[in-house]
Parts: sequence; structure tokens; C-alpha cells
Amino acid sequence: MTAAVFFGCAFVAFGPALALYIFTIATEPLRIIFLIIGKSSEGLKSINPGEKAPSMRLLAYVSGLGFGIMSGVFSFVNTLSDSLGPGTVGIHGDPPQFFLNSAFMTLVIILLHMFWGIVFFDGCEKKKWYTLLVVLLTHLLVSALTFISPYSGLNLVLAYIILVLTGIWAFFVSGGSCQSLKLCLLCQDKDSLLFNQRSR
Amino acid sequence: MPEDRCGAGTFGGRVMLTFMASDSEEEVCDERTSLMSAESPMPRSCQEGRQGLENGEGAAQWVGSHQQSKASGQEPESEFGCQDRQRRDERTRGQESEEDHEEDPDRYVCSGVPGRPPGLEEELTLKYGAKHVIMLFVPVTLCMIVVVATIKSVRFYTEKNGQLIYTPFTEDTSSVGQRFLNSVLNTLIMISVIVIMTIFLVVLYKYRCYKFIHGWLIMSSLMLLFLFTYIYLGEVLKTYNVAMDYPTLFLTVWNFGAVGMVCIHWKGPLVLQQAYLIMISALMALVFIKYLPEWSAWVILGAISVYDLVAVLCPKGPLRMLVETAQERNEPIFPALIYSSAMVWTVGMAKLDPSSQGALQLPYDPEMEEDSCDSLGEPSYPEVFAPPLPGYPGEELEEEEERGVKLGLGDFIFYSVLVGKAAATGSGDWNTTLACFVAILIGLCLTLLLLAVFKKALPALPISITFGLIFYFSTDNLVRPFMDTLASHQLYI
Repeated sequence: MTAAVFFGCAFVAFGPALALYIFTIATEPLRIIFLIIGKSSEGLKSINPGEKAPSMRLLAYVSGLGFGIMSGVFSFVNTLSDSLGPGTVGIHGDPPQFFLNSAFMTLVIILLHMFWGIVFFDGCEKKKWYTLLVVLLTHLLVSALTFISPYSGLNLVLAYIILVLTGIWAFFVSGGSCQSLKLCLLCQDKDSLLFNQRSR
Repeated sequence: MPEDRCGAGTFGGRVMLTFMASDSEEEVCDERTSLMSAESPMPRSCQEGRQGLENGEGAAQWVGSHQQSKASGQEPESEFGCQDRQRRDERTRGQESEEDHEEDPDRYVCSGVPGRPPGLEEELTLKYGAKHVIMLFVPVTLCMIVVVATIKSVRFYTEKNGQLIYTPFTEDTSSVGQRFLNSVLNTLIMISVIVIMTIFLVVLYKYRCYKFIHGWLIMSSLMLLFLFTYIYLGEVLKTYNVAMDYPTLFLTVWNFGAVGMVCIHWKGPLVLQQAYLIMISALMALVFIKYLPEWSAWVILGAISVYDLVAVLCPKGPLRMLVETAQERNEPIFPALIYSSAMVWTVGMAKLDPSSQGALQLPYDPEMEEDSCDSLGEPSYPEVFAPPLPGYPGEELEEEEERGVKLGLGDFIFYSVLVGKAAATGSGDWNTTLACFVAILIGLCLTLLLLAVFKKALPALPISITFGLIFYFSTDNLVRPFMDTLASHQLYI
């Protein structure tokens, strides 16, 4: 219950999301608007006829991230502010790593929302209804894990496994391939988002 | 505590001080409550509109304005100095009174440049609009952060220590109905004071009592920058138990205040001016948060958005009359305190594009530029150097970078009051605060989008405050208990 716990947990939970925001969204004002409004809408696109409309994938990414950040913030910020105050964690026999577990769980939820957003939008666009069902079911699964299982360690491990699987799925859905991954890792990919800040 | 005495408004000079203080506060609140899009009236030529713009009313779309301003002879550069000063004076004057008036100016749209395809203009408008939305997000967010941080850490601003004389009815009543009635009465009194002051200012302006208004504005900003800062600093030092001797304190406050007066009422680096405007908005919002009783604050917020809507859109509103008067006279409307995010601050037009020396000042604002009541930011005028001729590809970019957006300080203040009240009254709950913050940003965004769609001046308060109020009450009563339970058991949904 110190400042170290506060900052540590805050950065664990929100660091990646913040990094994603800073590197991919903060430089492009329209994307911020999409983030704030929470979801893309045809209306926004129609007001923006001349400009090359942000691709659907970008919108999916931004809105997924937006949902994720809001969900993570709402679930974690009160816990964070309590971590600054006086108290002893786990005095009644609860696990003493309450804050750290919560932070990691929040992180996984944020990233999962982002991937779910990408996959969901793709499913809607290509009318693959089973995609929507799978997204819904995995979301229910992750939440139900936290409800039912008292073992936070197990919850976390399962959630991260689901995160990795969903991440891979989102990667392939948004057009990635093993080839492009290799290029990216070897820094030969000239089209990467970080390379030049353009929407895909 | 001087604020207490001000708030309680006891006798003689104190009452006067309170009156002026509150007056300034309220005027500040009033007049800064709308987004002013710099637009000229449809029927007028853009040239006239440009004139109007310089007066702080509104600008034609930047594209149009460029061409038009080039065509029309804009004020010669040599006049800049005096006009600058005049505007600045008017701006200071405008602070209180202006705010109301400022809402109105800039409600007129000028057609775009002939020859450009409308779609392109709209696209450009929206693109710049998006950029301007972001340019407004940052200062609004900063102001709210300052207010929320202070509320959460400094106890002074959440303690009840009396009320302003404008809200004389107490809320410590036995029954809920009585409390509600008192809060409605408080609101009625405050709004009617605001309306009366606005009308008074319109009258003053109509009869050209500029000096009076100038003096009033300078007095109010003096008070904000010195007295309220001194109190704020005192409370912060008390909270963190930091000892400071009086000489150091006076030196600090003196420097802060003097530089603030110079930056705000005269010339100064843009960033410094922006920072000062954000700080004084935050200080004012804190005063309101402290001295407005709870229910009265919410009802006042709702009422002032309605007032803003009415004053800006009704043809007989005092603000509209003020604008029209100013336009008839081709004068800048009370350059009061507006936050300007224009990127270039050029003292003496140092940055003027040499190729376009002849074209003076440009009404810089693209349609998206909004000044709230206080209109014009004088600083923005000099900053806006003549735009290069349209048609040169590189120059558009240059213009775009130089353009800024303006938002009146009243908007800052009321947004911060809403978020601050949410932070103060929630039971240490951050969800409510964040929800209100997001609501206000959404409202701001939507207001700007509506502005692009309707091409008409719109007040900045109503949408944001409505969303803020809805989000506050629903989050506090529905979401908070739910999220609290979830968080305490580490359940994630």
C-alpha cells in the first residue's frame, strides 16, 4: 500500500494501452474522436466524404481500444486509489497480491477488448455470424472465470491463454500473415503503422 | 478568510467587493459559455464578415476569408499596434460583461470560396475541425485535471464555509422538498443576476462606456490573479504542510499575478497566456465548487445551459443584440478572455509572410474556430498573418498550422465545475468523475460536429452539460454501487 504499488499497478494495467494510444492514435486527431465517441458510425464517415476514410480495421482497432480502456479504467481506478491509502492487504486471509492480480487482470481485459473489437468488426463486415458468437462466448468465459473461480492465478493464466489465441486470430483477420510478421520483426516492413503514421 | 467574507458578502466595501467579484465570476461564467464559430453572416460579403471577424465576431471559412481578405483592404499593418491594444482593452473589459455577449458574436456563416468544390471545403472543414477538436480537448482536459486534483487533495474546497450572496437560501433544511425549493430559488436569483448584468453590459456597450467596462474587467482579473491565487497557494501549502515565509509568498504571488496581467491583457507568449487562462478558469471553478451548495450547483448548471442556448440562438437575446451592435459599428466585440489555441504568437507580426504583406489580418478562423463569449482573442489577431494566396499548395498547410481555435473561458469554468462537483460529492469515487469527464468531451466533440453540419453558431454548454448531468446522476446512482461490488471481489465484466 505504497506509492510503489500504486505506480506499479497503474503502469502494469494501463501501460500497454497508453503506449498504443500514444503511438498510434495521439497523432491523428480523427482517431481520437473515434476513440472518444466509442464506436465508429456511418454518420461520421458520411460527414467525411473527401478524406480517405479511415479503414474499417482502423476503426475496429480504435473502438476496441476505447472500449477496453474504459472498461479497464472503470474496473480498476477505484482499487488503484485505495492502494494509496492506509491499510493492509489480505488481513482477513485474502491473497495479499490483490492489487497485482487486479492489475494484470485489467491489462488482459483491455487487450482482449481490443482484439475482440477487431475480430467483431471483421465478423460483422464479412457476415460471419459465428465470429460474433465466439467473441461473445469468450467474453463470457473470461468474465465467468473471475466470478466462479476463486483462484486468481488460474484465472490469470487462462485469460492470458485466451488473450494470445484471440490476438493471433485478430492478427490474421486484419490481414497479417507469417510473412508480414517476419518482415516486421526484421524491421523491413515499410508499411507498418509505426513506420509512417497512416491508416491501413 | 477573505473569500469567506467575500462569499458571505457582509458590509459596505466588502459587499461591493463581493458584488464585483461575484459579478465578475458570474459574468465570467456567463459570457464564456459558448463556442463561437468565427463565421460571418450569410448575406454579408465575406469582406464585411472579415471585418466582423476582426472584431471578434467570426470568420468566414478560412478559405473564403483568405481570398476575401486579400481582396478587401484589411487594416494596414501599422494599425496593428493600436488595434491590438484596443482589442486587448476591450478584451479585458469584455471579461465579465463580455462573456454574455461573447457568446453571440461569431454566429454567422460565410459562404466558402467560390470556385472550390463544396465537398472539398467540407472535407477541409472537417479535417480542421477534427484538429481543432483536439486542440480544445487538451486545455479542457488540463483545466479539469487541475480542478479534480485540487478537489481530491485540498480539503478547503470541499468544506462548506458559507455561500455567495447570490445563493442566499440555505440547503440545510429539514425536508427534501424545502431543499429543492431553495435550490430552485437560488438558481433563479443567480440566473436573473446574470441576465441583468448582461443587459447592463449591452446598455453600456450601446452607450459606448468603454472605459467603465475596461476598468471592470481589469479589476476582476486583478482579483483572480492575486487574491484567489494567494488563497489557493495558502491552502495548498497548508495541505502539504509546507512552510513558507511571507516575503517569499508575496514575491511569488506578485510575480505570478503581474506576469498574468501582462500576458492576458497585453502581449505575451501564447503558451504562457494559455496556461494563465487555464489557471484562472480553474481558480474560478474552484470558487464555484466551494461556494455553491450541492443541489443549487446542479440546478444552476442546467439553467445556465438553457440560458446559453436561448441567449445565443434567440433573435432577441442580449448577446445577439450585442453582436449586432458591434457589427454595425464594425468594432471588435469586447475582447474578453478567451482561450486561444492559435499556434503562432507574433508580436508585431514578425511572422508575416513577406509575400502577402499587403493583406492584413486575416480572420483566421476556419469555421471551426469558436470563441466563446469572449470572442476574439486579441492575441489571435496579430497572430493571424495574412494567408498566402490560395492555390499554392504549400501555403495551405502553413495557414492551417497557424490557425487556432478559441473557446471562451466560461465553458472551461462550467465544465470544470461539473467535473469538480462530481469529484467532490461522489464518495471518493473516481468512476463518476471519469464518466463526467468523458461526457463533457463527447459533448464538445458533438457540438463541433453539429457546427460543421449546421454552419451556424452554437453554444458550447448545452450538449456537454446535459451529457455531463445525465452521466453524473446515472453513474452515481446506478453504476457506482455495481462497480464497487465488482471491484471489491475482483470480478470483471
